[in-house]
Amino acid sequence: MRFTVLVDISLRSGISDPAGATIERALPVLGYAGIEGVTVGKTIRFTLDAVDADAARQVAGDLTESFLTNPVIEDAVVTVEPA
Amino acid sequence: MATTVGVVVFPGTNCEMDAVEAVGGLGGGGRLLWHGDADLGDVDAVIVPGGFAHGDYLRPGAIARFSPAMAAVARFAADGGPVVGICNGFQVLTEAGLLPGALQKNAGLKFLCQPTTLRVESTDSSLTGSAELGAELSIPINHFEGNYTCDERTLARLRDEERIVLRYVDNPNGSVDDIAGVCNEARNVVGLMPHPERACDDLLGSADGAVLLRSLLGAA
Repeated sequence: MRFTVLVDISLRSGISDPAGATIERALPVLGYAGIEGVTVGKTIRFTLDAVDADAARQVAGDLTESFLTNPVIEDAVVTVEPA
Repeated sequence: MATTVGVVVFPGTNCEMDAVEAVGGLGGGGRLLWHGDADLGDVDAVIVPGGFAHGDYLRPGAIARFSPAMAAVARFAADGGPVVGICNGFQVLTEAGLLPGALQKNAGLKFLCQPTTLRVESTDSSLTGSAELGAELSIPINHFEGNYTCDERTLARLRDEERIVLRYVDNPNGSVDDIAGVCNEARNVVGLMPHPERACDDLLGSADGAVLLRSLLGAA
């Protein structure tokens, strides 16, 4: 079966996020008020073949932990759906 | 025979010739090693130099660590060979698991390119063996992601085992505990964000980096 995988990567709490901070700082200049907690992460999408959803989640999870993220500074949420 | 220092070159590395020149000026011989080669040859020490290996895509060092040369560097390190990662090379070594922690983006939003003063905190490492304990060295930094971080347990271990070999006197980037350079348990693998190879001649504003690279040659 073919599955689509979405890996949503965010910086862990306490890790420096200059992109998020810069965007947040620009908002009042643009006339937006009351917006807080801007963070910038990244998403990685791909498709993969696996026998079932559990197997697909296993592969996607292993790949995310070993390569797509650095657990010292990043967290990730992995979503797997049939393609 | 001159001590041979292998300098690993990835696509996007840009400090390899600085490292070769600096090592050569100290009586060693620098030899470029292509990242795709699985054999380091008969080198006596290894430098993983600065730059933007693989464009820093995904994360600095994240892709470089899978290069065949890095598997060879890991074996060389496991056998006790001296290995130093400078700037992007430090990031590569942390991603490869040869050193603990990670380098996050600088506190204060800025790319930093400036001289810094480092204090030698341990002379028991392949990069600091010839330096004097407590000596202050003027060595430049040139990075956006040089803010060293690690979990509290790792930090406690680094402190207890005196593996923080260099600290910033005036922390420029937010690194935890002012860390500029750390070593592994065996003390033969060292990573640092500042560039000693760019401070090996008075014409460059400082020759304080020479004592560090001389230590590396001595450890080989």
